[in-house]
Amino acid sequence: MIALNRVLFFGAIIGSCLALIAGEMAARAADTAPTTVTAAGVTLTSESVVLPGSAELFPGGAAAQATNANCLTCHSVEMVLNQPALSKAAWQAEVTKMIKLYKAPISETDVPAIVDYLANMKENP
Amino acid sequence: MRWHLSGIPQQVDVTTFRLVVDGHVTQPLSLSLAELLTLPRVEMVAVNQCSGNSRGLFQPRVPGGEWGNGAMGNARWTGFRLRDLLDRAGVKAGAVQVRFNGLEGPALPATPSFKKSLSIDHARDGEVMVAYLMNGTQMPLLNGFPIRLIVPGWYSTYWMKMLSHIEVLDQPDDNFWMKTAYRIPDTPGANVSPTETGYKTVPINSMVPRSFVTNFKTGDTVKAGEAVPVRGIAFGGDCGVAHVSLSADGGTTWVAAKLGPDEGKYSFHAWQAEVTAPTSGVLEISVRCTNTKGEMQSWTPNWNPGGYMRNCIETVVLNIA
Repeated sequence: MIALNRVLFFGAIIGSCLALIAGEMAARAADTAPTTVTAAGVTLTSESVVLPGSAELFPGGAAAQATNANCLTCHSVEMVLNQPALSKAAWQAEVTKMIKLYKAPISETDVPAIVDYLANMKENP
Repeated sequence: MRWHLSGIPQQVDVTTFRLVVDGHVTQPLSLSLAELLTLPRVEMVAVNQCSGNSRGLFQPRVPGGEWGNGAMGNARWTGFRLRDLLDRAGVKAGAVQVRFNGLEGPALPATPSFKKSLSIDHARDGEVMVAYLMNGTQMPLLNGFPIRLIVPGWYSTYWMKMLSHIEVLDQPDDNFWMKTAYRIPDTPGANVSPTETGYKTVPINSMVPRSFVTNFKTGDTVKAGEAVPVRGIAFGGDCGVAHVSLSADGGTTWVAAKLGPDEGKYSFHAWQAEVTAPTSGVLEISVRCTNTKGEMQSWTPNWNPGGYMRNCIETVVLNIA
C-alpha cells in the first residue's frame, strides 16, 4: 500500500511538471508566432519594429540648458541641428509655431534663451 | 521614412486592426483586414513623393525637413478602390470631403492629430485607392502597414499611413494640417519671391514633372571624346511622360531620350540616351521632362516659404579624364 502511494505521489509530481512545461511551451509558441490574416489569396502577418531612440542633447553646456529642457519632447536634436542658418526673427517664428500650433509646453521665460541659442547655432550667410 | 508625429505604433496586430468609416454616411463601418482583402482588387504603379522633396536645395534656404532629391519612390500598389469602400458605407447627399487619419499619435495630447482631406469627387474618382501590398508584399511597418491611402498624382502628405479612420464630412475640413500646414501660393509653380506677402494659398495638391540622371552624379569622371551612356527616370506629375530631352550645351540644343516601358501614367518612366564627352573641360548633362499635358520643366527653380514642389531642370557636371 505504501509503495503504491509513493508511485501515485511521484506520478502526480511528474504529471504536474509535464503540464507546466507543456503550458510554457504553448505560451512561448504564442509569443513568437505572429498572428496572420488570410483572405482572397493574400496573407498579412502582424509586424513590429523597434525604433531607435536618441539620447543626444543640444551641445553647448549651460547655453543649451533651456533648449534641452524644452525642445526634445516631440523630436530629437537632429531635426533642429539639420536646419539651415536662420535669422533670429525666423527662429522666433519657429519657436512661436511650436507653442501656438503644436502646443509645446514651453514657458515664456525660457523663450529668449532658446531663440538666442538657435540663432547662434550656425553662422548666417 | 517621414512621419509627422512621434507616437508611431511599433506593432500592429492584423487580427485586431479595424478600419472605421463614419461621418456623413448611411452605414458606418468597422472592417477587419479579412473583410478589406475581399473588396474588388486593383493595382496601380504610382510615384510617392514628399511635398517637400528637394527642400534642402531651395535658395534662399527655408526651414523644414531638409531633403535632397531622395524623398520619393515608385511602387506597384495592390489594394481596393476607396470608391468601393465609400459606396459600401453609402455617402449621404451633402457630403463635401473625406478626411483620413492613421494610427500615429502626438507626444502631447494637445498637438493636432495628423489628418488630411480630399474632396468627395476626388475620393470617389476610382483611382484613389487603399493599398495593402507594395511591390507584391505587405508593407514594412514604417511604410504604413497594414494599409495606406494611395492618391496617385498628388503629393505624399495625403498618402495616409496606417490608415485607420475615414470620415465623410458635410463641411470643409478646417483641421490644422489642411488649414495651416501644407499650403502653397496659388500661383503658377507655387512660385513667389522671398519678399512677397499677402498672396492667397491653397492646400498642396497635384505633382509636377521631374526627371533625373541616375547613372552619374556630379563629380564623376568620363573619358574625353568618348560616347557616354546616360540613363535615368522621369515622371509627369499627375499625368504621363510625353518626352524626355537632354542637353550637353546648356540648353542650346536638346536630344530626345529613348523612353523605356510604360508602367502607367503615375509611374516613374525609365529613359536612356547617349552624349559625347568633350575633349577637355567638363560635361554638363541637363535633363528635361515634358508631360502629356504639355507642362515642361524649366531652368528656374521655384520658391515658396514652405519649400514645396521643386521641379527645375536637373544638371550633373562630370569631369573629363
